[in-house]
Amino acid sequence: MSAIPTNASVPIGLRGFVSDWSSDRNTFHVAWGKAMMWIFLLSDTFIFGSFLTGYMTVRASTTVPWPNPSQVFSLHVGGTDVPLLLIAIMTFVLISSSGTMAMAVNCAYRRDPRNAARLMFVSAAFGIMFVSMQAFEWSKLILDEGVRPWGNPMGAAQFGSTFFMITGFHGLHVTVGVIYLIVVAVRLLLGRYERKGNYQIVEIAGLYWHFVDLVWVFIFALFYLW
Amino acid sequence: MSTASGTQQHPISLYLKIWALLFVLSAMSYMVDYLHFQGLLRWSLILVFMMLKAGLIVAVFMHMAWERMALVYAILVPPLALLVLVGLMASEAGHTFLTRLLYFR
Repeated sequence: MSAIPTNASVPIGLRGFVSDWSSDRNTFHVAWGKAMMWIFLLSDTFIFGSFLTGYMTVRASTTVPWPNPSQVFSLHVGGTDVPLLLIAIMTFVLISSSGTMAMAVNCAYRRDPRNAARLMFVSAAFGIMFVSMQAFEWSKLILDEGVRPWGNPMGAAQFGSTFFMITGFHGLHVTVGVIYLIVVAVRLLLGRYERKGNYQIVEIAGLYWHFVDLVWVFIFALFYLW
Repeated sequence: MSTASGTQQHPISLYLKIWALLFVLSAMSYMVDYLHFQGLLRWSLILVFMMLKAGLIVAVFMHMAWERMALVYAILVPPLALLVLVGLMASEAGHTFLTRLLYFR
């Protein structure tokens, strides 16, 4: 008395297993590439979320004072120390790259691959600027301030390990994103998506790029400002 | 707005406004540090600006505001589990801190 109707055309066993998992059905009424990118970003959210939670745990449980990020990341400009100056500039650079990327998606859907590619190159250039400033920040911290993953002269040893882990993983995402944007932009110029008549890939690449900006919002607030 | 083929088409001016808004919000969260706000005021301002910026990026730049409800909930609900993790680890960290105060000083 099974409630499931038996259907002779549905295969069983291993063949049925494969056909069930590969049957082309959409759960979400969006392009599959977009749904998959969102699911990837969801998994990435858990990675960064776990990193930031780990950072919270070690910071809240150490009895040694935490180094003051406002002072550690200050820049000496015009005779005074401006707190967090470089980090603020990096934040504005990344937001700007998100802005140009959003406009690139708009151009792509208006079937304007030239301007879409141009704006994507601008976004990638902002991304390169961001990574370069991060490289500068890392070398300043390692060479001048003596911060190491296992200790630093300013306070709690966990500062270095969480800082290098979290910003390093984010910087890796930015670097991968720059390569991704350049690849898609070059293909735009070569007319690859015009031939297919589908510019969805620009929006999908944009999702990834905005996510990198999104993660930085949390790192900026929770690591640098807290 | 969102068309039948699933493409997202919104005016450029909308993106420019959000861009400007994100600039203002970032400048304001930077001012929290620059003006040396402390205590509860500092933490609440940091968190409010953070959530506003994250919300704008996800809703407008990532087009979540115009996506189908099924996708929105599939993506936005699971990260709430992280709040449970944060709660668990916060109490764990408090416990570790107290035992360190007792035995490792």
